[in-house]
Amino acid sequence: MAVVQFSEEKLNKVKEIIARYPQGKQKSALIPVLHLAQEAFGGWLSAETMDYVAALLQLEPIEVYEVATFYSMFNLKPVGTYMFEVCQTGPCMVSGSDQIIDYIKGKLGIGVGETTADGLFTLKTVECLGACGYAPMMQLGKHYREHLTPAKVDEIIAECRAKANAN
Amino acid sequence: MGRKLLLDKAHIEGIRYYDTYRSNGGYAAAEKALKNLGPDGVLDEVKKSGLRGRGGAGFPTGMKWSFIAKPEGVPRYLVCNADESEPGTFKDRYLMEFIPHLLIEGLLISSFALGANSCYIYIRGEYAWIPEILEQAIAEAKNKGWLGKNILGTGFDLEIYVQRGAGAYICGEETALIESLEGKRGNPRIKPPFPAVKGLYQCPTVVNNVETLAAVVPIINIGGDEYIKFGTGKSTGTKLISACGNINKPGVYEIEMNISVEEFIYSDEYCGGIKNNKRLKACIPGGSSVPVLPANLLLKTAKGETRMMTYESLADGGFATGSMLGSGGFIVMDEDQCIVRNTLTFARFYHHESCGQCSPCREGTGWMKKVLQNIEYGKGKMSDIDLLWDIQRKIEGNTICPLGDAAAWPVAAAIRHFRDEFEWHVLNPEESQKRNFGLAHYADPIPAPAAV
Repeated sequence: MAVVQFSEEKLNKVKEIIARYPQGKQKSALIPVLHLAQEAFGGWLSAETMDYVAALLQLEPIEVYEVATFYSMFNLKPVGTYMFEVCQTGPCMVSGSDQIIDYIKGKLGIGVGETTADGLFTLKTVECLGACGYAPMMQLGKHYREHLTPAKVDEIIAECRAKANAN
Repeated sequence: MGRKLLLDKAHIEGIRYYDTYRSNGGYAAAEKALKNLGPDGVLDEVKKSGLRGRGGAGFPTGMKWSFIAKPEGVPRYLVCNADESEPGTFKDRYLMEFIPHLLIEGLLISSFALGANSCYIYIRGEYAWIPEILEQAIAEAKNKGWLGKNILGTGFDLEIYVQRGAGAYICGEETALIESLEGKRGNPRIKPPFPAVKGLYQCPTVVNNVETLAAVVPIINIGGDEYIKFGTGKSTGTKLISACGNINKPGVYEIEMNISVEEFIYSDEYCGGIKNNKRLKACIPGGSSVPVLPANLLLKTAKGETRMMTYESLADGGFATGSMLGSGGFIVMDEDQCIVRNTLTFARFYHHESCGQCSPCREGTGWMKKVLQNIEYGKGKMSDIDLLWDIQRKIEGNTICPLGDAAAWPVAAAIRHFRDEFEWHVLNPEESQKRNFGLAHYADPIPAPAAV
């Protein structure tokens, strides 16, 4: 297991984030720094990662655990390189999200919450992401993929595979 | 064409960037506020404008601002609530993505009025690409002297920071948002004390929605007296409506609050009618928390008056026959949609999003989800419908924050207006797995257009 240690660049970013808050309020930096950590250390937060963040911000580890477990965007176990987070709330449902979820399941051969054997894809269902007018939709990394159709899902999967092969 | 105040320049190419925004009249309101009006003058204009919070509650903004405590030597904060998470709502995203400087200018004027030198934009974590857009706009504004120290030589200092959340609907509630901004779980606080007295870091704080703060810009530009000439009665100005569901033209529309619901749904300027020439079954006009209305009560009130897109008209009849304008998340359902299934998705949503502090909400939302699941999947009993009613009634009003109410209302309204559909599910467990109930008696009063 690689050592949990931010790069110099990330450490500077942490300093910049802490400077946004009044003296002594660096706990406010916790959520932004957890985002940075999740990005830097494999897309999820291990106990080691959370302990590292606690030490960095001079917090008790429990203060980090309680936050990490509260927010849905923090992954507490490993996930695939590409995580399909498909919205299933009312407005997406009336626009066909159930069919999209079924299609992805069939296409990738996994259920909701599972990861493909090659570690490439994770399928997750999520609640409203604020893209109701462009439904059905999913979050993929930093961006939204909207107006999903089976054909579009195929394209996205192909695009991810191509990217993975290039790396 | 309806008059616009927020999106009037949204179509201009490059409006996302400072130079274009500025050359199209941007920051004129900020200049007027800082150089001529002063903090009290700004507050007066906002009070006169009758602006009401655009996040959902509709509380008068000027009044909220006037509550802020001003103890000597204690910093004050303005927090912009960009945690847009109410299902059906995606209007703030549009503003931030396409006209970020409108928000930045609104934050500058509002911070100036409140005497806040630090302002935080708390944006939902999933809008992961938007902080960069906002930070770029902030950097541009700072570079041009609109942020930083001694702005326009007035001695007023301001820094704006963007803070990303990490996936929690509850953080749209202002005290939960403050907790989250302090690096904690998003558990709402008991009020009082209200944030205006003890908010962020126990200092006086105002939390306002993105659209509310953006609306301050046109208010200062045209003056509160002119602003109230837009809209109707106590629904002054314009409102962004994010329309979705089974309509021809989903999207974000700025409406003057003087048009009818029927015009909004059927006119080509807005939703463009129901998709695929279907008939209108029901609509949730203000985000998932507000009561769903069947078509017959949506277009006309129980008194037979035309239902308008205003705070008052949408609420006409109370919860018995009315709903709310709420956040402006306008969800339209056609004749093929299943009310039970739709209600189930919302019950699941609120169960997922309950912070778990108050047992009526933590437990009750889970029970509602399970009972609804049984009904939806053909395993329901007739008594389950009354059980659902009983659970929602025991959640409402019994929690620290309004999430409990928000979870209870959609279930209550669905049973109130669509009880026969729930009963049909229970009585026809097999058939209900194959087809939907359809329109029934709450038929669309407007005939479907002839098929082309």
